[in-house]
Amino acid sequence: MKSVDQINDDLLRPVVHTSGRFWVAVALLGSVVLAAVGAFSYQVWEGIGVWGIDRPVFWAFDITNFVFWIGISHAGTLISAILRLANATWRRPVTRCAEVITVFALMIGGMFPIIHLGRPWLFFWLVPYPSERQIWPQFRSPLAWDFFAIGTYLTGSIIFLLLPIIPDWALVRDKTTGWRRRLYRVVSLGWRGTPRQWHRLETAMHIMAVAIIPVAVSVHTIVSWDFAMAPVPMWHSTIFGPYFVAGAIFSGIAGLLLAMAFLRKLLHLEEYLLPIHFDNLGKLLLMMSLLWFYFVFAERLTTWYGNEPAEMAVFWTTQRGSFAPLFWAMVFCNFLIPFPLLAITKIRRTITGVVVASSTIVVGMWLERFLIIVPSISHKYLPYTYGHYRPTWVEITILAGTFAAIALLYVLFSKFVPIISIWELKIGGHQKPAVRAAEAVSACPSPAGAKGLELRPES
Amino acid sequence: MKAIYALYPDPDSAQRAVDTLRDSGARLGVNADNIAIVSSEPFEEHEFGRGVNPRDHKRFMPWLAALGGILGGLTGYWLAVLTQGAYPLPTGGMPIAPLWTNGIITYEMTMLGAIVTTLVTLLITTRLPNLRRKLYDPAVSDGKILVGVVDPPERSRGELEKALREAGTGAVIKTV
Repeated sequence: MKSVDQINDDLLRPVVHTSGRFWVAVALLGSVVLAAVGAFSYQVWEGIGVWGIDRPVFWAFDITNFVFWIGISHAGTLISAILRLANATWRRPVTRCAEVITVFALMIGGMFPIIHLGRPWLFFWLVPYPSERQIWPQFRSPLAWDFFAIGTYLTGSIIFLLLPIIPDWALVRDKTTGWRRRLYRVVSLGWRGTPRQWHRLETAMHIMAVAIIPVAVSVHTIVSWDFAMAPVPMWHSTIFGPYFVAGAIFSGIAGLLLAMAFLRKLLHLEEYLLPIHFDNLGKLLLMMSLLWFYFVFAERLTTWYGNEPAEMAVFWTTQRGSFAPLFWAMVFCNFLIPFPLLAITKIRRTITGVVVASSTIVVGMWLERFLIIVPSISHKYLPYTYGHYRPTWVEITILAGTFAAIALLYVLFSKFVPIISIWELKIGGHQKPAVRAAEAVSACPSPAGAKGLELRPES
Repeated sequence: MKAIYALYPDPDSAQRAVDTLRDSGARLGVNADNIAIVSSEPFEEHEFGRGVNPRDHKRFMPWLAALGGILGGLTGYWLAVLTQGAYPLPTGGMPIAPLWTNGIITYEMTMLGAIVTTLVTLLITTRLPNLRRKLYDPAVSDGKILVGVVDPPERSRGELEKALREAGTGAVIKTV
């Protein structure tokens, strides 16, 4: 059993003490990010010709990364909001890890339309506001909808992340001295923890959870409409909205599980991020894997049955043409490998099994985004307009940099904020036995050997 | 600011202290606004966790969020429609201001309005940020529950201290 003091010590340790592991992680990840910044600077200097894109393939790695990272962002706030509304008590150590992913993935994903411009310093032309510069805002364009949807989701996710951090910053304020105390005194906004403050905070979080779920669904639906609104073979489809949302949640949960495993090791959170958390999220991942397969099958079957020549050209290039190796790798990564790993209870209840499944899913979902975009625009209608695409080192380096960047942001974030919500974790310790029993019924059974976290009041 | 307060190790003794202060408030010259409760986590399943003042748990926030949503939606709708009117762009036979596409902007701005209103309401009603000195003790972060009286009448200090001490064993009484 953990006392309040032990919980404070365990979860504040990463904030107040800096280990050698932290500096090693920052150095390794920072060097990859620097390499990506260098590649991007080279692209800005030389022009967008250093990418592998060429007529007719003008959307490739950059837009793939945009869709992929916006998809990954669906792990956090959406999952956290659903679990919060469902009053799933096992969510408590997981929610903040998840919400952080959303904010950072949205930031990284949101950069790619700007990188894609080629002249990123003119990014403010994207902002749809009434303009006197002869650049008319086109509110009927899905690209303008993107701006509103991603802007709303990012704003909501930042607020959803920051509100429950305020009481934890107040805790850090009370437990530190010197510059840290002064810093956390300011960022905790003078939080004390009166009944009114707690009541308002919990009400606000409830309203935010209700509001953020439809926003999250709308975001990836609108991202899908960037494609579905265009009369391009295999894009102009009504299934794209739910297909993208399901894929986003699928990749998001996989990303969350990888982040949790990474933090568990790096910050020694073995007693807080328990096997049951991986098991429960693994079950969700299993369900999403089946759902993903259902959507892919439905999409492919409808196209094949329609037998429309332009669509069949794209269809066959992914099934047995030049994109076939990537297509079948995607099927292996998203279904054939993770499905048995997650369906066999013994494997799913091991963290290694869930991490292996999540790793293949992250790779598979990136390939899926690539395969939605490039085969279609490289095989548009008339064969004489067909084209090819091969990425250059610049694009590959920028892609690698995004993965390093999200990990680096995560590590830096965990240095300034307790990565597990301390006050929410403590709530379970003081609830009356009847409330605990009711919550235990709603929670999934613990696997053997995975003891739940219990609190006892200090003596 | 003058205050007398106690730090309780468990919610039951904190509840007893709050009950005593409330029951004998009129006699001791203490009203609900002067009773302070501070904890490092919410205790909504205990009565004191919902506050001694009915204003502490009023449920107006969802209504304000809905109002903010309506205002946000109207703003989004008019932003799109007025812009389309000011800079008409004939495209593929579509209406200049179509409800279908403007509905998306309206929807997103509705949600943004509700979210931002919720944040603003929270900050205003909890009086945050507030860096001025208020009754607080860092021991709250160790799990203690602070129950006290702000600006207690001088004549009742002794009785208040006694009442707070009797509410729970292990209570630490402090005055500022």
